[in-house]
Amino acid sequence: MAGTTVSGRLVWLLASVSARRVETPRSITLHLKADAWPGHLPGQHVDVRLTAPDGYRAQRSYSIASAPSRGQLELTVEDLDDGEVSPYLAKELQPGDQLELRGPIGGYFTWTEADGGPLLLVAGGSGIVPLMSMLRYRHDIGSMMPTTLLYSSRAWDEIIYRDELEQFGGDKGLRVIHTLTRSQPDGWDGYTRRIDAAMLGAVAGNPAPTSLAYICGPTPLVESVANGLVLLNYAASQIKTERFGPTGG
Amino acid sequence: MGERDDDQAVRLDGNVAAGLLTELFCCEPSEAVIVCAGCGAAAPIGGLMAYALEMGAILRCPHCDTAVLRVGVAGPTRWVDMRGAASMRFSIAN
Repeated sequence: MAGTTVSGRLVWLLASVSARRVETPRSITLHLKADAWPGHLPGQHVDVRLTAPDGYRAQRSYSIASAPSRGQLELTVEDLDDGEVSPYLAKELQPGDQLELRGPIGGYFTWTEADGGPLLLVAGGSGIVPLMSMLRYRHDIGSMMPTTLLYSSRAWDEIIYRDELEQFGGDKGLRVIHTLTRSQPDGWDGYTRRIDAAMLGAVAGNPAPTSLAYICGPTPLVESVANGLVLLNYAASQIKTERFGPTGG
Repeated sequence: MGERDDDQAVRLDGNVAAGLLTELFCCEPSEAVIVCAGCGAAAPIGGLMAYALEMGAILRCPHCDTAVLRVGVAGPTRWVDMRGAASMRFSIAN
């Protein structure tokens, strides 16, 4: 993997959809096949480009959901009400359809075991996607790296990858903690509020000198969590963020 | 923060401009370290603040808000202004 994913010029590749999986009522995963796909690192993204018949082009970035160890390219896309590209990807694209993409992109918001840890992963909504690539990779290589995932969703049926995360819950050294901010199923005894300083303190505790935190989600969540971690004595260099912004799509 | 709080809605991470920047440089530059000409702080490009990605990108210092790297996009033309960067250091390994 090393040396194959971060160098060279970016070129637009034609990818075809090989499968489409519904994740939640508002998100789907596209399995893509692209010739000459060079592989990726957990946390990287691709640029997707759509061209209308009149030549109008729209381009967006999407995080890669799959682990490099699985040799596949999967993108999970949330259907945003006011999005320009995401609704097309989420609703219209079907197996056999093609789209243009380039990547993998981004050598900053990535994690492999060589980067160390312990790891604190904090996700809001579809911010789970690049972190899931890290968790799948961690699972696939049998890593014991102490890892905590704190994942904020609006409701139980909006938790992306819920079943797979439950299965990962048995992995050594991994804690998965959910908070459900709008509605909770009967008998829910977990967190029911937005991530705040008290929750971070309880979940993250004090960082080790080698701790690494990755935060991905809407901009307000990312900035609030990053500020909270600084108060818990995380150094700025230990915190990596990926903001989705309000209109990622 | 502070005076730019209104911009929270459009503020992203430098990492999101990595595709655009890879068009310009010999290699993926997200981990390249830029020293801000405004305040002297050093930060990897992926850790800068990024704005306005349709017509290009403005990458700002997370400490003092200086625009360290600006890239305009017009068809096949790329326009780069780095007057806010004192230096840029990156590895050409791989």
